Amino acid sequence: MTLRENVRSTSKDPRPVNLDIGTINLPVTAYASITHRVTGVLMFFASFLMLWALDMSLASEASFNHVASILGSPFPRFVAWGIASVLTYHALAGVKHLIMDAGVGETMQGGVIGARIVFALAALGAGAWGALIW
Amino acid sequence: MVTSVTSFSRTGLSDWLVQRVTSLVLLSYFLFIAYQLLGSVDYTSWRALFDQTWMKVFTLMASLSLAAHAWIGLWSVFTDYLTERMLGPKGNAIRLLCQLGASLSLVGYVIWIIVIVWS
Repeated sequence: MTLRENVRSTSKDPRPVNLDIGTINLPVTAYASITHRVTGVLMFFASFLMLWALDMSLASEASFNHVASILGSPFPRFVAWGIASVLTYHALAGVKHLIMDAGVGETMQGGVIGARIVFALAALGAGAWGALIW
Repeated sequence: MVTSVTSFSRTGLSDWLVQRVTSLVLLSYFLFIAYQLLGSVDYTSWRALFDQTWMKVFTLMASLSLAAHAWIGLWSVFTDYLTERMLGPKGNAIRLLCQLGASLSLVGYVIWIIVIVWS
């Protein structure tokens, strides 16, 4: 079997693609970027839960207390912590993008430092949310 | 397969700007909500906050920003991973289906927020 037959191709561009991401050691900037994407997709789904909570909390005093009591039990509390932490990472990575758009930290080394700062601050943020929630 | 036809504003430069402007609206909204929740919040104060016209407008702005921001973000993810190269011949159909599901969900989110805040 030739290489070409072995690889899926698009109708537009029939050239084979032999880049196997799984065999490559990715830099920290790549992990920061992938995490930004993953947390973004997670926030799309989390928005549903947040909207539900907003709806319930504003509907009546009884449903407000109902949401509060749900958030008191362990699993929903963990989900709330997860959403807060995911949103915190996504926001920090977004702010890093805005800073880089302004021309700050656009070098190779700047990108690495920025990604490390985002991961460090997001970890601190997740810890802070944990301390606040439990 | 032309992917720009399902993008938010048809051009990458415009999508880029919309993504950044909406991110600022969402960041300020979530910071404000976090600040409110970290204080002592009960039903009366929470309801009173959302009864203010400026808070209704702020919430509507955040919901429209969420829809545009998520549309652009999900489009970037879908057009990178849900392709014929990644998924085979059904790639384009799968992507368009996901795009449709995401778009309808986002329209639903906006309508839901309008109902929550204005009813």
